[in-house]
Amino acid sequence: MLSVDQPYEIVIGLEVHVQLRTTTKLFCRCATQFGAPPNTNVCPVCLGMPGALPVINEHAVQLALQTGLALGSTIPPMTKWDRKQYFYPDLPKGYQISQFDLPICDGGHLAIADPADESQTRTIRLIRAHLEEDAGKSMHDEANGRADSRIDLNRCGTPLLEIVSQPDMRSAAEAKAFLTELKLLLTYLDVSDCEMQEGSLRVDANVNLKIEKAGDTIATPIVEIKNMNSFRAVERAIAHEAQRQYHEWEETGLTIKDRTKRTFGWDDAAERTVPQREKEEAADYRYLPDPDLLPICLSTETVEATRAALAEFPAVARQRLQADYEIKAYDADVIVNQGRGVVEYFEAVAKGSGDARRASSWIQQDVLRTMKEQGVGIGDFAVSADTLAELLGQVSAGKLDNARARDVFQHLLEKGGSVAEAIKALGIESVDAGEIESLCQELLDANPQVVEDVRGGKMQAIGSLIGQAKKKNPNVNPKQFREICLQLIQSAG
Amino acid sequence: MTIPLDSAAKLLGLLASGELTARQATQASLDRIAATDPEVGAFTFVNTEAALAAADSIDQRRRDGQPLGALAGVPIAVKDVLCTTDMPTTCSSRMLENHMSPYDATVVARLRAADAVIVGKTNMDEFAMGASTETSAFGKTTNPWNPSLTPGGSSGGAAACVAAGDVPLSLGSDTGGSIRQPAAFCGITGLKPTYGRVSRYGLIAFASSLDQVGPMAFDAVDCATLLNAIAGSDASDSTSLPVETPDFTAGLDRIEGELRIGIVKHHLEAEGLDPEVRQAVDDAIEVFRDAGAKIVEVELPHSDYWVPTYYVIAPSEASSNLSRYDGAHYGHRSPVAASDAGDRGPLVATYCRSRGEAFGAEVKRRIMIGMYALSAGYGDKYYMKALQVRRLISQDFDAAFQNVDLLLGPVTPTPPFAMGEKIDDPLQMYLCDLFTVGANLAGIPALSMPGGLTSNNLPIGIQLQAPPLQEAKLLQAAAAFQRATDWHTKRPL
Repeated sequence: MLSVDQPYEIVIGLEVHVQLRTTTKLFCRCATQFGAPPNTNVCPVCLGMPGALPVINEHAVQLALQTGLALGSTIPPMTKWDRKQYFYPDLPKGYQISQFDLPICDGGHLAIADPADESQTRTIRLIRAHLEEDAGKSMHDEANGRADSRIDLNRCGTPLLEIVSQPDMRSAAEAKAFLTELKLLLTYLDVSDCEMQEGSLRVDANVNLKIEKAGDTIATPIVEIKNMNSFRAVERAIAHEAQRQYHEWEETGLTIKDRTKRTFGWDDAAERTVPQREKEEAADYRYLPDPDLLPICLSTETVEATRAALAEFPAVARQRLQADYEIKAYDADVIVNQGRGVVEYFEAVAKGSGDARRASSWIQQDVLRTMKEQGVGIGDFAVSADTLAELLGQVSAGKLDNARARDVFQHLLEKGGSVAEAIKALGIESVDAGEIESLCQELLDANPQVVEDVRGGKMQAIGSLIGQAKKKNPNVNPKQFREICLQLIQSAG
Repeated sequence: MTIPLDSAAKLLGLLASGELTARQATQASLDRIAATDPEVGAFTFVNTEAALAAADSIDQRRRDGQPLGALAGVPIAVKDVLCTTDMPTTCSSRMLENHMSPYDATVVARLRAADAVIVGKTNMDEFAMGASTETSAFGKTTNPWNPSLTPGGSSGGAAACVAAGDVPLSLGSDTGGSIRQPAAFCGITGLKPTYGRVSRYGLIAFASSLDQVGPMAFDAVDCATLLNAIAGSDASDSTSLPVETPDFTAGLDRIEGELRIGIVKHHLEAEGLDPEVRQAVDDAIEVFRDAGAKIVEVELPHSDYWVPTYYVIAPSEASSNLSRYDGAHYGHRSPVAASDAGDRGPLVATYCRSRGEAFGAEVKRRIMIGMYALSAGYGDKYYMKALQVRRLISQDFDAAFQNVDLLLGPVTPTPPFAMGEKIDDPLQMYLCDLFTVGANLAGIPALSMPGGLTSNNLPIGIQLQAPPLQEAKLLQAAAAFQRATDWHTKRPL
């Protein structure tokens, strides 16, 4: 990793906060729905009203368990709840219910494609994943000079799973690859919608540098970049922070031993990391086992039943598509990375049409392009898998050429209906061999130079006749036309 | 006709037979409060109109032949630590001076369902911290037996209003003896149930792992009737026990099988145990011996650690539970914080000033102790160590209950003490809990009943303790004692 341009190695560890896909909050039955008017999805429990008590949402535990198992974590037989105590207006109880020393998931790992060499995988180890409740949201309006602060507690008590990696990543690209693969896995498992713009996936990055100097390795002080909510922000923040730390080290010479961890934010507009508050001393959260909640004991049976019922992971899906459908690794990758919906769509089209490679190429080109243009997901895509399978089946059977098939596809997108209806509407008729033969003969007679060229070995000369043939009869299959022409020239010779 | 406000059982009989209406009973209670409370000061709020309206509704339903709850028409007072929607819930603190809870505590809802008539909220030590009801922000409660004496605490108001004959029943809460000690000081019967037997939902937390709501009345039979109404698992309280609730009033007329009563000699020889209290305990032992009980000496080897263990765990949990009173969401907010923030900034100034202004000295002291005990570097030394000792204390009780059915001993080291006598000496005040905190640390049920009078005509309490969920046994033994003695019938002159 060391080069003249970058005389250091970046060390990155990520903390990813994932909002779990429950309909209700972690400790009460309030809705987790995003975008509700401020302070409407609240009750005495999530408001921390005097006397109110938390009751665990079992579904959140189940989703956390699924995630941990998919990440290869160890699931301890007992997990408990702790209070993490600090004062802040968006934290109504004065503490956050979290997990301190006995998290629900211990260890684990995630394999990612090495951004430096896509054929290689890198394994990023995980420290833990623990459940916790989210805090509310403070909105400070200092612009109008009134120092007005408003608090929305709708988000209080929303279930989060905090996934903490080892500092195993060595570049901003690796960090991005890790997040991309993690997000894909979480959506495959259906444990989170991972809507980053809604805050369902938020990232903190711990970053420092290892600098080689005179045979020694020097580590710079660690900086935690808080609360980034796009992969682009993470990538750019890390890249910027690395440069900043290097310059800071050149100026001050301070190493990890001289300075405790600091907290920075990412200013997206200014494209720089900015210090938030000095952590001169480690924050004292005065952790306390929460006496209002009982520990959760997960039996081996529960864990194993959950493991057995887990959805297919993306890494497994990539292998399976290659093996079952004989498509290339690259193609399997593109399909799998689009999410589970696209995989299911592909499989239906491949099976229905009997032509997996054609299905793969059509989905990667026509389907994905259209989805992007229309801004829709595969679930809302206008052409069903069965319909596309029928269309591609006809192409494979030689009943339609690719160009006509695209016309049919376009018609289906715009008007819907069945393949047969589209073909009829477009006036596509199958042309019988005799008709094509007479058309070939007619064109060959009119173009003796072409016949000459073919005889001289220039097979591609026929291409100039295909356009003419299409003009005379748009239903002519170019492949068939070409074959018949060649036969005629040979038999005439 | 005299309305028997000293017995729920008698009242229920008269109400059922139609000799008395709920309105008459309620009006009698309200009149009695009007007469006694100027001196006793047991109430923080009297809900005259709502109580009479509830009584009228009960009378109407009785006339209509509709089914009524088990406490239909009986006036009851509840400690002001329990949330109520129709009365302020203050915890006798300036912090919650105007606090109206948006919901009823589960026990309050169960009282309403049982058609009890809640006449008011009773005074207490601020946030239930104290043993004399002198730390209330809204004035002291005096002991009905002698106005220069304290009624004990923290459920001093709940005990005094029963002793004064205002109501036959009240609800208190017991974290380290807060039902039993004032019951002893006021000459009534009080029961701290097994931890988890009664829901804590809506009980404003002092120390969550120790707090328990319980009945206070003149005798064991009425305690049993009230416990029937409030006991039972609650889906809103994760720590409530998933067990069946027996009928605690059944079988109170006899003791089933041989009763083995344990005596802790160490406690009877404790330094500071008043000779008259000691004598009352010895007399009670004789009463049980005469009734055929077998008296067995047992040991609780870690009882010297009860008070120190309690005074680490309770303040630690209290410091956490009281974090929510930060001036931001409800309760007292300092009016000067914004204008006079100084160097701290408005946010920290709001926290400091609001808490500084609204919490009393004892509450502040315990918050400081708790924060210290949980802080980095001390959490293991104090809090975690205290949890370990707590386990040993619990094991002591388990071992003792291998050989005996109940333990008998003093409730308090001394008879009721004078107002102001201990208020400036917290350590002396904490020693009031010497014999009671063990039951809270171990989570076992414990009962206090009148067992004698001093030469100055002041009540002396006797404590009975039982294994978890053996409230029926406690009540049986207390009822047997009350058939053999008349201490519970003694009234203040």
